[in-house]
Amino acid sequence: MNATDHFTLLGLPRAFSVDPQVLEAAWKRVATAVHPDRFAAGSAAEKRVALQWSTQANEAWRILKDPLARARYLCELSGVDLQTETNTAMAPGFLMQQMEWHEALEELASHPNPDSYRALTKQFDEARNGYVQTLTDLFERQQFDQAAARVREWMFLDKLITQLKQTNGVTADL
Amino acid sequence: MALLQISEPGESPAPHQRRLAVGIDLGTTHSLVAAVRSSVPEVLPDEQGRMLVPSAVYYEATDRPLVGVDALAQQAAHPLDTLVSIKRFMGRSHAEAAASDVPYVFVPDGQSVRIQTTHASVSPVEVAARILDKLKFLAEGTLGDSLVGAVITVPAYFDDAQRQATRDAARLAGLNVLRLLNEPTAAAIAYGLDHKSEGVYAVYDLGGGTFDLSLLRLTRGVFEVIATGGDTRLGGDDFDALIVAYFTRTLCLNGLSPASRRAMLSAARSLREGLTDRSDHTVNVTLEGVTLALSLTRQAFEAMASALIERTLDCARLALKDASLSVKDINGVVMVGGATRMPIVRQSVGAFFGSEPLIDLNPDEVVALGAALQANLLAGNRNPGEDWLLLDVTPLTLGLETMGGLVEHIIPRNSTIPVARAQEFTTFKDGQTALAVHVVQGERDLVADCRSLARFELRGIPPMVAGAAKIRVTFQVDADGLLSVTARELASGVEASVTVKPSYGLSDEEVARMLTEGLKLADYDARMRMLKEQQVDAQQLIESVRAALSTDADLLSAADQTRIAQQLQSTELAASGEDVEKIRLAIKALSDATDDFAAKRMDRSIRAALTGKSLDAL
Repeated sequence: MNATDHFTLLGLPRAFSVDPQVLEAAWKRVATAVHPDRFAAGSAAEKRVALQWSTQANEAWRILKDPLARARYLCELSGVDLQTETNTAMAPGFLMQQMEWHEALEELASHPNPDSYRALTKQFDEARNGYVQTLTDLFERQQFDQAAARVREWMFLDKLITQLKQTNGVTADL
Repeated sequence: MALLQISEPGESPAPHQRRLAVGIDLGTTHSLVAAVRSSVPEVLPDEQGRMLVPSAVYYEATDRPLVGVDALAQQAAHPLDTLVSIKRFMGRSHAEAAASDVPYVFVPDGQSVRIQTTHASVSPVEVAARILDKLKFLAEGTLGDSLVGAVITVPAYFDDAQRQATRDAARLAGLNVLRLLNEPTAAAIAYGLDHKSEGVYAVYDLGGGTFDLSLLRLTRGVFEVIATGGDTRLGGDDFDALIVAYFTRTLCLNGLSPASRRAMLSAARSLREGLTDRSDHTVNVTLEGVTLALSLTRQAFEAMASALIERTLDCARLALKDASLSVKDINGVVMVGGATRMPIVRQSVGAFFGSEPLIDLNPDEVVALGAALQANLLAGNRNPGEDWLLLDVTPLTLGLETMGGLVEHIIPRNSTIPVARAQEFTTFKDGQTALAVHVVQGERDLVADCRSLARFELRGIPPMVAGAAKIRVTFQVDADGLLSVTARELASGVEASVTVKPSYGLSDEEVARMLTEGLKLADYDARMRMLKEQQVDAQQLIESVRAALSTDADLLSAADQTRIAQQLQSTELAASGEDVEKIRLAIKALSDATDDFAAKRMDRSIRAALTGKSLDAL
């Protein structure tokens, strides 16, 4: 148990680009085969082993279905340390962009406005899709160090997206 | 139970042998037991043909307590000794119980609560066990044999303490729990299999004391819960309490005795139920010898009720948000629970989801029917071609207390179970050798606003400078939704763990003591039956170990093979005798000796199954 990576467990090739429907079907196939319900009449040992496999199948699904988590996981698998704690070096262009977005978010939090909310949502979506495109390419060419740098940027963007969603909660309540 | 047999997933090890398993809906107001008979799930009636057993227990002076209708009959005369709505106090603290509007005398008992009746002091777990015991008796009488196990339903929103309490009650009643199943999931099974539905369904479950809203996706035999939400303290009882409050206010009825208060609550329920088919209704109630006529129009009732219904719809909004779905993605709404008979509830829910709610299965029975289907499946009785799988989620976020009384969230709500997540922590002082772990459940950021589940300590950490130790805390939630937590210091390998229950549940010792006391009272027939069962179990185990050895002995060292051979011999010897306890111990020793072997075989079999299947898929 536990000797396989998430892709192998689900019987999928180790790649960034994955068809969501294929992924979901693969997870359900494995989850069905190893779920503890399949061994409800079994011994304690069987239940324990089923619990371990089933837990790993669900973990694989959680990681692989989320593009950012999948990208981070692929970096890890290829032995590239993301250095999320230590490496804060960012391209100057990205830093500028990030500061602008921060300001826009603060503005939105203090002055809720549906139009600027939509505009910012659109910008974030585009930036996110950009990362998906770039990383598909980088992972295909196995350029993991460059991929790791983009993943770090995406993680910053992801935090901003979360903050924006919380702002939306405030706007909706008004 | 055969301990080492590995069959095809989902198939019974012995297909010719039908194993009796039931589904139990342990409800706030009433409970039901159902079983699959001739491929169809049905509720098992009691001796008088009644389907619903009132969840009421009357504690008399000496005799065994009365359960069900007989208990309810004592309610008017003995309001403090007739315990109803006990589900509301399962896994609850004294403070929470005392804050409720029921007239019982609550006494604190550690972090949990006991109820003082005139002649006895009982815990909610013991009261629930009485109800389960009655249902077990009823089922065994109707089905004509003993049960191999039961699926017991709980509200999806039940937290860990409430689930543990429910499972303890079942153990106390001598029931083997095949699975704790969430009520809305059970309802979806009953509906989904009945209608052969596909798509996303909402289950709106308004019971006597609890409200659940779950969203499930049904695809090709997989029931996937995608979000669940609710309120463990909102149900039909609250609507009754509103009616009581209304009359207390308008008729100036302050300072009622417990008996009068109980009478008012019963009258309120009759009024509410009466308003289901009428636009106004009158019920007589006798308080301290004075009879009053209470009249209420449906319009007036609905005006009071709308705030409560709005609370249920707020839960629906949150669940939709969690699932990133909107109302238009929902293919249908299943109504569960007697309280959904209220026309205002059906209208409001229909308006919210923009579709007519599904009500063709009896809302009182649908949960028990689904549980019976699941029990039948888990017991290995499924018919060829009939198979499904449940993928359920955690209802509440699980976390740990960190510095400053803040919660670090470890497993977010709506994670598919089984799930395990680990987080690393470190020491905060130089030379620190112990770490206190406080496990909490809830969505809030402050520990004080969450439910405390357990506390334990990891001791024996080698002294290091602050921040040098690496302590991994792992949360594991099993398929029943029950949590266990382990903490491990990675450098030294020091480990501490806890199955989360000491705060509320019964200890294993307590359960063992209560069961032994019950056994002493068991009559000769029961003891003979137990001996026979143990002998059969021992024989099955011996056979399956032999079968396993003949195919997979290569997984064992020579020493292990010798050890297992010795245990086989001593188990055979014990099984030929008549000492029940000796056989039980021999079975346990043989199981323990082969546990690792069984795990290795299981691992090998799963690997083979997965590899075979993925090759097919390629």
